[in-house]
Parts: sequence; structure tokens; C-alpha cells
Amino acid sequence: MNSDVQTDFGNEAIEDPIIEISAMHKWFGEFHVLQDINLKVGRQERIVICGPSGSGKSTLIRCINRLEEHQRGQIVVDGIELTNNIKNIEKIRAEVGMVFQHFNLFPHLTIVDNLTLGPIWVRKVPRKEAEETAMHYLEKVRIAEQAKKYPGQLSGGQQQRVAIARSLCMAPKVMLFDEPTSALDPEMIKEVLDVMIDLAREGMTMIVVTHEMGFAKSVAHRVLFMDYGQIVEANNPEDFFNNPRHDRTKLFLSQIL
Amino acid sequence: MSAEQTDRQPVEELKPPAASVGVLGWLRSNLFSTWYNSLLTLAVVYLLWVSVPPFVQWAFVESFWTASGKECLEADSGACWSIIPNNIRFIMFGFYPYQEQWRPGLAVVLLVGLLIFSQFRRNWKKSLLYYWLVGLVVMGILMKGGLGLAPVESTKWGGLPLTLLLSVFGLTAAYPLGIVLALGRQSRLPAIRSLCVVYIELIRGVPLISLLFMSSVVFPLFLPEGVTVNKILRAQVAIILFTAAYIAEVVRGGLQGMARGQYEAAESLGLNYYQTMRLIILPQALKIVIPPSVSILISAFKDTSLVVIIALYDLLKTTQAVLGNPEWMGFSAEAYIFIALVYFVCCYYLSSFSRKIERELDTGY
Ligand SMILES: Nc1ncnc2c1ncn2[C@@H]1O[C@H](COP(=O)(O)OP(=O)(O)OP(=O)(O)O)[C@@H](O)[C@H]1O
Ligand SMILES: [Mg+2]
Repeated sequence: MNSDVQTDFGNEAIEDPIIEISAMHKWFGEFHVLQDINLKVGRQERIVICGPSGSGKSTLIRCINRLEEHQRGQIVVDGIELTNNIKNIEKIRAEVGMVFQHFNLFPHLTIVDNLTLGPIWVRKVPRKEAEETAMHYLEKVRIAEQAKKYPGQLSGGQQQRVAIARSLCMAPKVMLFDEPTSALDPEMIKEVLDVMIDLAREGMTMIVVTHEMGFAKSVAHRVLFMDYGQIVEANNPEDFFNNPRHDRTKLFLSQIL
Repeated sequence: MSAEQTDRQPVEELKPPAASVGVLGWLRSNLFSTWYNSLLTLAVVYLLWVSVPPFVQWAFVESFWTASGKECLEADSGACWSIIPNNIRFIMFGFYPYQEQWRPGLAVVLLVGLLIFSQFRRNWKKSLLYYWLVGLVVMGILMKGGLGLAPVESTKWGGLPLTLLLSVFGLTAAYPLGIVLALGRQSRLPAIRSLCVVYIELIRGVPLISLLFMSSVVFPLFLPEGVTVNKILRAQVAIILFTAAYIAEVVRGGLQGMARGQYEAAESLGLNYYQTMRLIILPQALKIVIPPSVSILISAFKDTSLVVIIALYDLLKTTQAVLGNPEWMGFSAEAYIFIALVYFVCCYYLSSFSRKIERELDTGY
């Protein structure tokens, strides 16, 4: 390791973090997929995670809403530690929105029903109110006219915007995005990124795994680079792209830019 | 795109070659396209030639529709269909008291009406459940008596109402049980999982007939002196337990066909296990398994005829009883053809019912 490797990755500056991960490890069987992850996410902070395929980006953000379990270290979300015997995992998941690469809309439900399902069953919101909220967010992602259709009748970009709206309907405190645009045709990427940029402007706390470096530059407070299950480098976008410190970061950036 | 297409002039009016249209074209492409297709066609035509005319002769030309059994025997020519109208009430209702047979008749009509009503999606509301509950109570009173109707022992029930009773209740109870077993088999708790596996494998490894025997012969041995459980109920339970094991495996197949992303999306919204299953996974998985489930339901429906071996007079047994009557002995072909038709109509209805539901549920994924 060279001498100017960071150790705090900008975590020290964060006070009152909404997510705090310390000395976290995860294994898939024998495979050490996440190694000594330390990350604090501030309220309203926006973090972009990039790194080569298989480096553990998805696994890291999936640990945050416990779609994957970690085996060592600590993850604290909004003051509650994620442990094995956690009773209210549903409560935490309701506060953490997640947008997937392949949208994962519920194909047997109309768009509105996709959006109202969580509020009605988890938040116990009356149906009428949930539908109003749903229409509000559908307008926000510019797709209100499709409300009565089924997901199978929408384009990929439209489906991903619906998926974002579905998460927003739960009024989450944090939004996680796992490569939200990488399954989309180029002409649809922008419509999804625009929605995400709107969201950023409104002060949503976001953790985004993406290779859209334009998005990272204009929206992120911090960009993280992961490789072989470790956070190798983290910095504000300007320094991250202009003066990458680590050789692996330099190599990665030269490949994708 | 479309503008480009409409602007284009057709190159020239082209007609398809004569050999590919018309009767000749159809014959050539469908029946005589190769030498072995031609051979097969000729063989089939020959078989039809030797079998169909004699059957038509027997069933329609020389048949009797109103004659008594004696007249049929004396004429000794075509089919004696009169065995059906002459015995229809016994075939349909068995030993149910003759004067009261309108009651099971009405119960069957009610049941069929409810089934048809449930077929339409616009009727799928909570009220449907109440209609069924009321319908079941009314059917029960009609069959058993009460409220001014003379009581009828369940030992006298028989024929079509018994067959429908055993199958409709068997199937509606077996389906939820099968779903629970399928979910149990996927449970994270080893105890539940192995319990379900053992149950499913045990039941599937045993023929229905032996379950029926056990329910009627072995099971009463374990009951305390003086306690008896209704024979129909015991047969019903055996049918439910048997069918549920098969349903469970089909449903499990559907569950395994579900993408992980659906579970993850549901979980990340904060839905718990029960909600995830009920709202997201089962509606999709059950839709996938409609065709194989219907196969199971149809064979379960036909298997109810096995209750004859524990001396219940279902549709098949009442027919056999009629054939035991000296006047009608020897006309089994006619009687069995009729019973086959009744079964066919029911099974065909079942599968068209399922096709309809499949269409109703189609959302284009
Ligand atoms: N359920 C699992 N069981 C075993 N290994 C897994 C599992 N999920 C992921 N892995 C492995 O863990 C490693 C990290 O996977 P992860 O999906 O987090 O990578 P990623 O950085 O998101 O990659 P990509 O850019 O391709 O999405 C990979 O080598 C992958 O093969
Ligand atoms: Mg990934």
C-alpha cells in the first residue's frame, strides 16, 4: 500500500449519520465478498459507488436493508442495529427504499396498485390516501397517464421510473439504487437519471451504484471506489475524477471514461 | 416508419400459387405432403370406414329410445338407450327417498349455478364468499333435511350429488391445504420442512384406494367404543388428504419458478413473509400452475368414483346397480357410454373454466 492511501474516506466529517457501517465483513461460503467496510452516510448525503464487476457493490448496499446478512461488524440504520434477532426488520426496510437493476415491478398488479401496495399494507394508509400519494409521485416521475396499465405494457425506462415512484410512496429516509440504468437502452437512461437528479435536488439521501460518471459528477457528494470487496478510495467527485490517488482507481477510471 | 410503408406502391398484384389454396391445396399440404403422410391418411380413412358406419347403425339407426328392457332383448339389434330414461332417477340420486329427490336435484342446480357465477371476474368480491356460505348451508339443509324438510340419513345419499359433493368439497379443501404444504416444504425451519416432505411423499406413495380403505376400515378401529364418524365424511377427508399432496408439488413448482427479484422487491418495501406470499408470490405462482392443477383436479374428480369400494353409491355405483337389475342386464355399453358422457361434460366444464380464468388473469407478462 502506498503512503497516501486514505483511511477515513471522509467518514470523520459526518455527524449524526443515518447509516453507520463499521468493520463489517461478509462471506458467501468461503468467499470473502466484503472486507472491513467502514462507511458513514450523513443525512441528505448522496454517495455514488463504482467499481469493477464482482467487487461487491451490490452486496454492500443489499446489506443495508438486510437483503443480505453480514457476519461481522456493525450496521446501524437510523439508530437501529441490524442483527440476527432483529424483530422489526420490516420497519427498517420501510425506511430504506431500494431500486433494482431489473425494476422488479409486480407484473400482476397495475401501476397504481404497485405503488399503493406498500403504503396500504406496511404503513396502514387508507386506500384513497395511498392512491392520491401514488398519483402525486407518478406525476413527479412524469408517467401519470400510465397509471392503469400493467408493468408488462411499459418500456424499460418507464418501468424504472415507476419503480422509483414505488419506493418514494413509502416516504423513505434513504434511497438505494443498484445500477438503475444499466439494463436500459441508451435513449431511456436520461429519463431515469433526470428523475434521480430531481430527487437529489429535493435533498433525498441516496446511495447509488452506477457507472454513469456524468451523474456522479453533478450529483454526488462523495464517490466511492470498490475493488475486491474493499472500499479502496473515496473522495468528492472533483478530486476523485481529476486526482485519483490509488492505482486501481486510476486503472478503472481509464477503462470507463 | 409507418409513413414509409404507406407511401410504398405494391410491386405487382401477386396471387399465391394455385396448388397452395383451395380444397386441393389444403389436402395436399395437410394430408398428402409426403409418402408416409399419405399412407397414414389412407390407413386412418380405412379404420374410420370399418368402425364408424357400424357404430352409427348401432347407436342411432337401429336403437331403441323408449322400449322396455324386454322389448330390447327380443329385438336384439341396436342400442337400448331406454335404459337411461327408465332409470335416470336412480342413477342420478341413488337410494335417496323417491318423493324427496327434488331436494338433491335442487342442490346440484344451486351448486352449478354458484360455480358459473364464480367464473366471472366482476363477481370476485367479498360478497362471493358470503354467497358460497349461504349456498352451502342451503345445500346442506336440502340434502340432510331440517326446517320442515324430512331428515334423510347420509347413508342414503348417492349418485350425482354424492359425486359432486365429494369432488367439489374435496378440491376446494385440498387446494388451500396443498398451498400450505408447498409453503411448508420451502420453510426455513427444518422441522416443518421435513414434516411436509414426509407427508407429501407418504401420501403420493400410496394409492387412493388404500387410503379409502384405511379411512373406512382401519380408522374406526382407533375410535373409542360407540363413536362413529360419518362414512362420507371419512371418504371426503381421505380424498382431501390425497389430492392435497399432489397440489402441493404442483404449487411448489410454481413457487420455484418465481424470480428472486419479486421476493426482494416485496421485502424491500417492508412486507412481511405472510404479506409477501399472499400479495406477491402466490398470485403469480398460482397463475403459472393453473394448467397442471387442472389436470390434478380432473383426475381427482374422476377418482372419486373409487369410493364404490367402500360401498358408497356414487354415480358409477348407481349405474352398476341398475345393470344388476334382471330387466336391464346386458345393456352395460349404453349405460357406461352415458356415464362417460356425464363425466366428460363435468371435466370439460372444469378445463374450460380454467382457461377462462387464465384469460381473465392475463396481464401480458
Ligand atoms: N448469493 C450469492 N452467493 C454466492 N456468491 C455471490 C452471491 N451473490 C454474489 N456473489 C458473488 O459475490 C461477488 C460480489 O457480487 P456483487 O453482486 O456484489 O458484485 P457487483 O460489484 O455488484 O458486480 P456487478 O457490477 O457485476 O453488479 C461476486 O463475485 C459474486 O459472484
Ligand atoms: Mg451488482
